Amino acid sequence: MEITDLRALREASEVQALENRLGISRRDFLGLCAALATTMGLPAGAEAAIVKAVAAKQRPSVIWLHFQECTGCTESLLRAEHPTLEKLILDIISLDYHETLFAAAGHQAEAARKAAMKQHKGQYVLVVEGAIPTKDGGIYCKVGGQTAVNMLKECAKDAAAVIAIGSCASWGGMPATGPNPTGSSSVAEVLGKTVVTIPGCPPNPYNFLATVVHFLTFGKLPEVDQLGRPKFAYSRLIHENCERRPHFDAGRFALEFGDSGHRAGWCLYKLGCKGPETYANCPTIGFGDAGEGNWPVGCGHPCIGCTEKGVGFTKPIHALAELKSVTPPLGFPGVHESKGNRFDFTSAAALAAIAGAAAAGTAKLAQNLGKGTPVETGSHKDSGASS
Amino acid sequence: MSSHAEKPAPLGGPLVTPLTVTLAGLAGIAAVILLIRFIFGIGSVTNINDGYSWGIWVVYDVMAGSAFACGGYAIALLVYIFNKGEYHPLVRPALLGSLFGYTLAGASVIFDLGRYWNTWHIFFPPWAQVNSVMFEVAVCITLYIGVMWIEFSPAFLERLGRSDLKKKLSNWMFVFIGLGVLLPSMHQSSLGSLLIVFGTQINPLWQTMMLPLIFLMTAITVGYAVVILESCLSASGFKRPFEADLISRLSLVMWWFLVIYLVMRTVDLAWRGAWAEAFEPNVMATSFWIEMAGFILPVILLASPAARRRPDRLLISAVALIVGTLMLRLNGFLIGYQTGAGWHYFPSLPELLVTIGIIAAEILGYIVLVRWLPILPKVEPVKIAR
Repeated sequence: MEITDLRALREASEVQALENRLGISRRDFLGLCAALATTMGLPAGAEAAIVKAVAAKQRPSVIWLHFQECTGCTESLLRAEHPTLEKLILDIISLDYHETLFAAAGHQAEAARKAAMKQHKGQYVLVVEGAIPTKDGGIYCKVGGQTAVNMLKECAKDAAAVIAIGSCASWGGMPATGPNPTGSSSVAEVLGKTVVTIPGCPPNPYNFLATVVHFLTFGKLPEVDQLGRPKFAYSRLIHENCERRPHFDAGRFALEFGDSGHRAGWCLYKLGCKGPETYANCPTIGFGDAGEGNWPVGCGHPCIGCTEKGVGFTKPIHALAELKSVTPPLGFPGVHESKGNRFDFTSAAALAAIAGAAAAGTAKLAQNLGKGTPVETGSHKDSGASS
Repeated sequence: MSSHAEKPAPLGGPLVTPLTVTLAGLAGIAAVILLIRFIFGIGSVTNINDGYSWGIWVVYDVMAGSAFACGGYAIALLVYIFNKGEYHPLVRPALLGSLFGYTLAGASVIFDLGRYWNTWHIFFPPWAQVNSVMFEVAVCITLYIGVMWIEFSPAFLERLGRSDLKKKLSNWMFVFIGLGVLLPSMHQSSLGSLLIVFGTQINPLWQTMMLPLIFLMTAITVGYAVVILESCLSASGFKRPFEADLISRLSLVMWWFLVIYLVMRTVDLAWRGAWAEAFEPNVMATSFWIEMAGFILPVILLASPAARRRPDRLLISAVALIVGTLMLRLNGFLIGYQTGAGWHYFPSLPELLVTIGIIAAEILGYIVLVRWLPILPKVEPVKIAR
């Protein structure tokens, strides 16, 4: 891939054309591409590659399926306030089927899906939102008379890539929580293969967007972990980058909602925060484009572990997290540490006594040294020559 | 290799004197306080706090203590690197002083570390943080302590009559002598680099990129000062003739080092526009001038060849230089180091007593070993009229 400097692209014709196509300023567009490259932790130069790919390449066709879910993932994408993100999500990709955003309805919509699948066979990206019920032949979720299981398998067959967005599609999420009457399953379970998952309830829109743009730029999906989660977003525990972590290390915990520790912004671990066992980049990128600290823990609510199978919607919110990376020390320092004294009378007196004795000793010695002690001279004069 | 005019010989004489008993008593007090520190924790005896996480145990015992122990290094530099063989009689006594200074500085770090039982992590490669200035200092000082014991071992081997071992060792001694000059050059400058990483918490009078050079220069200079002081004290205490010829020539070397240092320090302060800080009405500026006086006084006192032959001037210069070097380290690491509003540090009496005990232990060890081992050049005993 030819990678150029971002600044060299300011005057590039395709970027200028994009200005008209998306209706956003070049400055905003270049800024967004740089932010996406940073979110994924890509090396310098990748932002330029992203700019060129987004501006020049044909938009990939995207088919977006909704199953057992609340549409929260779509909502979070649409409500992102980052400059013109909703324009980009509709213009970077060619969204050929999306039940929430469709103007068409009924058989017309289903026909559009079939047409897109045929036209872009083997090239389209399939995004799945929501879990898939499998019990009783999958009859608990149907679209246009077709079961979710059936529709997923049909769409996945010719897809270039499958992305499961949200916890429901990624690992079952809330619908799969016991007793799970509909036999809700994840995309990976239904298809019997690992797919890229963007878990979260809702997931951070930028993690999804970055994954799509990575696919667009480099022709492949980003590196994922054993659960199919992109490593750039899900390789660190929330606990590791949490802004309240110093309070955890110092033993300062909120013990009740609204107590003095909670109001002072202390660690929420003892209120059941699942940060220590949940892998996600929430503390570093935040939510809602409202600036630093805008995410559940930043707002004073313990993390519920929504991205993590076996934690979110499974463990009670108040239950203590299992500590994966660190165990708290046996003893904590006091909350109000002594700040020390400017002066200590006894030791100052001792210091003065020592200084006085040293000065007197030196003076006495200097006085005697010249007189009483024989002074040896000349004896070493020639020893240097033999060295 | 240098030949010696006089072979070193054990001094002999009584080990139990009022002085040695007093020194042992002071060391004993320190041992008791350290016992309390290890049982009840570091907070029970020191005044250090979250704002000042180290006190005089680090700043005096390690920072200043290891600089004062640079006599061996400074003399080795002169004898082996600049090939000035005439200073060879000073090597063993200087090395002995260094040996105690460094070994006890190394031990003092353990006293000061809150979780001292993790100290070995530094030397365990998979757990070492090799990008840390502290790592460099810790490993380098530890190695140097080992190297010095090996450098000094011929004195033990002579005493124990193991000339065979001594001969074998002497074939390899050049390696240890080389390391003995290299290692202190590394860690004495790194002690200055430690301050650089504290950034703006250090007053501009001491925060400069020249810190490594400033610390190295002062360590070498104070090394010569300590050798001069040791020589004065030996002459007075052991009733030996004062080595005026050798010491006056050594003091000229020291004088030149000092002049270069002062020029460098003055220009650096002017270059960074930091001189204004020296005239602020505060403790830091006062302390700065005490430090500078310690470096300027010897330059004035030892300016002429005649002055450099006067034992009293040599002694006062050496003491002034030791005070200046101590103040430089105290200023950098404590007095000119502001960690935030409200934080204060002043050493507690137990802290002071431990430091005094360590100094006493060094002097006691020096007295015992020069009486027992061949360290000082042999001279005919002389009667001194008081």
